[in-house]
Amino acid sequence: MTKPSPILSLRDIRKSYGSIEVLHGVDLDIFPGEVVALLGENGAGKSTLSNVISGTVSPTSGEMKWLGAAYAPATPREAMDAGVGMIHQELKLLPQLSIAENVFVGRYLMSGGRIDRKAMEEKAQSGLKRLGLDIPPSRIVDGLSTANQQLIEIAKALTLNARLLILDEPTAALGGEETQLLFRQIERLKSEGVGIIYISHRLEEIRQIADRIVVMRDGAKVQEFDSGDVPVRTIVEAMVGRSLERMFPTIPTPSDEVMLEVTNLSSPDNTFRNISFSVKTGEVFGIAGLMGAGRTELVRALTGADPISQGSVKLNGKEITPRSPREAIRHGIVLVPEDRKLQGVVLDHTIADNIGYANLDELTNSGWITNRKLSAFADAFIRKFGVKGHGAQNAGELSGGNQQKVVLAKWLARKPRVVVLDEPTRGIDVGARSSIYELIMDLARDGVAVVVVSSDLEEVLGVSNRIMVMAQGNQAGILDRNDANDVSVMELATL
Amino acid sequence: MTTETRGRTHNGGFQILGSMKGATGPLIGLIVLCLFLTFWTDTFFSVRNFLNILDQITVLGIMAVGMTFVILIGGIDLAVGSVMALTMMVMGYLHVEAGLAMGIAIPAALVVAALNGLVAGVLITRFNVPAFIATLAMMSIARGLASMITNGQQIIGFPAWFNLSAIIRYGGFLTMTVALMFGVFLIAILYQRYRYGGRALYAIGGNPEVARLAGINVTLMTIMVYVVCSVLAGLSGIVLGARLDSVQPSSGVGYELDAIAAVVIGGTSLSGGTGGIGGTIIGVLIIGVLRNGLNLLSVSPFMQQVIIGLVIVLAVTAETFRKRK
Repeated sequence: MTKPSPILSLRDIRKSYGSIEVLHGVDLDIFPGEVVALLGENGAGKSTLSNVISGTVSPTSGEMKWLGAAYAPATPREAMDAGVGMIHQELKLLPQLSIAENVFVGRYLMSGGRIDRKAMEEKAQSGLKRLGLDIPPSRIVDGLSTANQQLIEIAKALTLNARLLILDEPTAALGGEETQLLFRQIERLKSEGVGIIYISHRLEEIRQIADRIVVMRDGAKVQEFDSGDVPVRTIVEAMVGRSLERMFPTIPTPSDEVMLEVTNLSSPDNTFRNISFSVKTGEVFGIAGLMGAGRTELVRALTGADPISQGSVKLNGKEITPRSPREAIRHGIVLVPEDRKLQGVVLDHTIADNIGYANLDELTNSGWITNRKLSAFADAFIRKFGVKGHGAQNAGELSGGNQQKVVLAKWLARKPRVVVLDEPTRGIDVGARSSIYELIMDLARDGVAVVVVSSDLEEVLGVSNRIMVMAQGNQAGILDRNDANDVSVMELATL
Repeated sequence: MTTETRGRTHNGGFQILGSMKGATGPLIGLIVLCLFLTFWTDTFFSVRNFLNILDQITVLGIMAVGMTFVILIGGIDLAVGSVMALTMMVMGYLHVEAGLAMGIAIPAALVVAALNGLVAGVLITRFNVPAFIATLAMMSIARGLASMITNGQQIIGFPAWFNLSAIIRYGGFLTMTVALMFGVFLIAILYQRYRYGGRALYAIGGNPEVARLAGINVTLMTIMVYVVCSVLAGLSGIVLGARLDSVQPSSGVGYELDAIAAVVIGGTSLSGGTGGIGGTIIGVLIIGVLRNGLNLLSVSPFMQQVIIGLVIVLAVTAETFRKRK
C-alpha cells in the first residue's frame, strides 16, 4: 500500500525568542487518518510547536506545507480557515451561550442581515452527530460535563472543516469512562481521514490511541516510533534523555530530627489526596510530578495559602495545621510562591517595601515604623543576598533572578524553620540559578527544613536529599537520592 | 526615572513633607492655579479668603481622607455621602428628639456610621461582593434610613456652641472644624507613613495575594478601612451639621463623587497601591481653590461643574503620560 500524501508537513521549523532558540529545526509529517502522539517533558517544545501549526506563533525559519501547498498562517483564524483545529487544554467555550452559538462564535451564519439561528443549529447538530453526541444544539454550555464540552470543541473544529486536529491534554480533566468515549470519537474521526496530533502526559493511554509517537526534548525532535505500542520505559528514556551536565552544589547531610511532618493531607477540591511525608532538619525534600499533579496545591495548603480538608501538619512534633499564611508564618513556615510576579513581589513597589511587607511586625516598635529603619533593614538583606539593585528601585525593574532573591530575602529575614520553594528557578536564566541553589543549600546547612517543588526534573534530582513524586493528586512514591534518577521519577509521575 | 518621581522615597529629613512627593504634578497644578487667581482677581490673595477656603473644604477634606485609604487598597466607597447624611440625622434625632447630650449623640452617631462600614467591609471580604456593588447598596440603604428618621424633615435646635465651632476663629484664624480637619490630616499622614497598618495598605493595594502570602491580615485590614472611611464620612457630616446648624436627610448627595475626584486629582491610582494622603490634601485644595476662584470670577455654578470635570481629566491624563515616559 502506498502511503497517502501528508496533510501537513513541517521541515526544519525553528523558533527563537531573542537570542534563545526554543525549537531547533523540527521535521514532522501528519498523514490523514492517523493519530500522532507528541510527547515530551514540560518545556520540551510541544506547545510551541502546536502553536506554530495553529498560527498562534510564527516560526523564525523553516517551511510548512498544507496539502502540498505552502502554508504560513499569520493568525489562528488563518490556520482555522485552512483546516487546523486546535483544542486547548483549558476549554475556551462561553458558558452562557448555546452550543450552536459557541460553534459559530465570531463567524455567525447570516441571512438577510440577521443571524440565522436555524441554519447554525442545523449545522451544529450535524457536527454533534458526527461525534455521536445527542445533545440539542440550542442548549447552553454551562452544566455540560467536561468530556462533552471537549467534544463540542471538537465539533466546532469539525464544522469549520478541520482536516487536522491538535488535542492538547484532552484527557487531563476526564475520568476513565469519559476518556473511552473520547477515544471512540477519535477512532471515528480517524476513519474519516482526519489527522490528529495528540499531546498527553498519560503514557498508558498513548499505547491505546496513538499510531505513531514523536518524542521531543529541549526543543528538538529526538525520537520517532512507528507504532503506538512502545513500552512506557522506552518512551520515558527518550523523553528525559541525557542533556548537558548542570552544576549543582554539594548537598548537606540532614540531621535525624524530624522538623515537619505531614499526615494524610487532602484538599477540599480533591487536587491532592492523602499525602504523608516528613522533612528533617537540614533536609532538602523535593517534590516532582507533571503539571496538574497537585504539587503547587499541596505546598500552598501546607503553608496556609489554600484550605485543607483533612489531615495534619506537625512542626517539631506539635500539631499546627495552618489555616492562613499568617498562621503558617507565625510558626516559621514560609512559601516562595510559584508565580513570582503575581504572588511574590509587588512589581511597582520598591525593593525595600517588598522586603518590608513580610517583616512589618519585626520592623515596628509598638506599631511604629520609619523609612530609615526600613531601608537599613532592606539594605542589609540586599547586600547579604547579592541582589543587584538598591532599595529605592522598583522590583519590576529587576531581572527574574534578582526578583526571586528579593522574595527569598523577605522571608529569610524572619529566620524561618521550614522554607517551601515552588518552582524556585522558573524563568530565571541558567547563570543565576546556581546562586539560588547555593541559597537553598545554605538554608539546609543552617538547619532549615526545605521543600522544593520543581517541574525541572534535573533540578529536583540535583538539589534534593529525597524526592516525593506525585501523579494526579496522589502520592506516587518517595525516592531516596541514591535510588532516584530521571527514569524512576518519570515512571512514577506517569502512573 | 528619578527617585523623586516615585511613589515614596526613603530619605530621611522632611518625611511629612515627603508625603507630598508622589503628588508633585498636582502640587505644581495647585501653585499655578493660585498664581493665576492672584493675578486675575483682587480678592483671592488674602488671609481672609484663604481662611474661607479652609472653612469650605473641611467637609470634603475629612471625607476624602477615608476615601484615600479605600482607594489605596484598590476599593471604592460610594456610600460616604449617604452615611454622612445618616450620621447627621442620628445625631440630630438623639439630641433634639431624644434629648441626649451632644457628648453622647455625636459618638453614638459615629458608631452608626462605623456599622455601615462594617457591613460593607464584611460583604466585600466575606461574601465576595464587589466593592462597587456593596457600597452602592449601602448608599441606598443609608440614604433611606436617614430619610426615615424624620420622614424627610430637617432637624434644628442644636446648642449654640455647635454652630459657633464652625464660626469662631480661635487665635484669629482657626475654627474648631478646621482644626479637626488638620487633626485628621495629621493622624492620617502619620498612620500612613509610620504605622504597620499604613504600610500594609500599600501592600494590599499593590497585590492582595502578595500581601496575604506575606502574612498580612488582608480581610481584617480591608474591613477596618471601610469602617474608618465610614466613620470619617460621619465626622464630616457632623462638621457639615455644625456649619449649617441643622441636619437634613438630603445632605451629601453626590459627595462621594467629590471625594473620589479629590483623591484621583491628588494622584492616587484607582487600581490601588500608589498615592496617598499627601496627594489627596492637594487634591482637596485644588477643588476648594478652584470653586472659590471661579466664584470670585463670577463663573456660573454650571460652568464650574464643567471646569472641575476638565481638571479631573487633566490630572489623570497628565499622570498617565508621566508614567509612560
